[in-house]
Amino acid sequence: MPEVLLEYQSEIWLSIGETFIMVGFSILAALLIGLPVGTFLFLCRKGQLLENQVVFSSLNLIVNIIRSFPFLLLVIFLIPFTRFIIGTAIGTAAATVPMTIIAIAHYSRLAEQSLLDVPKGVMEAAVSMGASVKDIIFKFLYVEARSALVLSMTTSTISFISYSTIMGVVGGGGIGDFAIRYGYLQFRTDLMIYIIIIMVIFVQIIQYAGITLARKIDKR
Amino acid sequence: MIILHNVSKQFGSFEAIQSVSLRIESGEIHGIIGASGAGKSTLVRMMNLIEQPDEGEVIIDGETLNLLKGKRIRQIRQSLAMIFQGHHLLSNKTVFDNVVVALQLAKVPRKQRADKVMESLRFVGLDKLKDQYPGQLSGGQKQRVAIARAIVNQPKVLLCDEPTSSLDPNTTAEVLEVLQRINQEFGVTIVIVSHEMEVIQSVCERVTVMADGQVYQEIEIEPTGIHKMEHSVDGIIKRLKSGGDLNHA
Repeated sequence: MPEVLLEYQSEIWLSIGETFIMVGFSILAALLIGLPVGTFLFLCRKGQLLENQVVFSSLNLIVNIIRSFPFLLLVIFLIPFTRFIIGTAIGTAAATVPMTIIAIAHYSRLAEQSLLDVPKGVMEAAVSMGASVKDIIFKFLYVEARSALVLSMTTSTISFISYSTIMGVVGGGGIGDFAIRYGYLQFRTDLMIYIIIIMVIFVQIIQYAGITLARKIDKR
Repeated sequence: MIILHNVSKQFGSFEAIQSVSLRIESGEIHGIIGASGAGKSTLVRMMNLIEQPDEGEVIIDGETLNLLKGKRIRQIRQSLAMIFQGHHLLSNKTVFDNVVVALQLAKVPRKQRADKVMESLRFVGLDKLKDQYPGQLSGGQKQRVAIARAIVNQPKVLLCDEPTSSLDPNTTAEVLEVLQRINQEFGVTIVIVSHEMEVIQSVCERVTVMADGQVYQEIEIEPTGIHKMEHSVDGIIKRLKSGGDLNHA
């Protein structure tokens, strides 16, 4: 292992842990809130089961606004909200607030688009079999879209890692922040390059795992 | 018994169904034939309220369906099974799991499910393919899985929307033979929508001919009837429009 990595070993592990916390919370929020929001967006679309133009347009607008915010500005814009929720706007815990908000918006859009690929006939067959909305979601929609949903989550997770590098501005830490503080600001270019390599390896592992899982569960 | 009383349906400014009344007796195989856009699919979708009529009543065994809501309408749909032109199977589920989903929706106890599924698959001759995925099956096999899924809850009525349109003649014959056996062995009322006269003629006892969202005529089909000479839907409708009566031609 390169000497510089050994020298900063403990700080690097700490930073990786902080990144895992931020990305982990983001994934959790994406699954627990983003997926339901994306599903609701899909179902409220024109011609879908819960068609409601007002609800769809409003939710669509909110998701679009959050996604179009430059992330750095979103983090700063949300400082009062973060302080209200966590009690402080500084630190890894505080950094999870903007991360979870962008995660929800990001994954809800990708989930909605994944569900659009489910053939309309499958929904029609479900309705004709007497399925409730809950049945249609869990026994039909998610079953048919599961491969696309996994791929979307893979894409989102990689974006979350990228977003997490910005969190240094509010003391969120993370591996990206470590690269900036120790590598760039202290002129340790070699350290920065090694950290970038570590991040590239992370992304490759996540991408590989996502594609492998998606292939395994895709029986089409 | 299925009764449609003055049902109408409009999509935007297009009148898909115009005040149609129809009566289908229990246990019969009833055909609905017409050219594309005649309104036959919309009509059959009204029978289980996949399409809500704008006006009129849909009455099944004395119960007016379009007065029902929520859970009750979902329960009724379980006794009004439906198959489609596209099989609409879950491509990520095995043949067995595709059929079992109908039992899950009907809240059939878990212990009874496997036997019922296998019985249904044996009936359509696909029990040996229970672990295959739809992507590994032929078009006819997929349609037979859809039929197995439709009959597993022992419905009173089986609605078939163009069930053989995408199949070759041999496979069509196989599917029609299964439908006939369902009718004969279980007494299930079957409604078949098709634009193919051969399909209607080979299995149906009565036929409703539709054009422009209206019923032009109801015809009894007899083995020696004139329909053997009349294979074109357009031809039938042309004759009906010009005042001809296919029953007494």
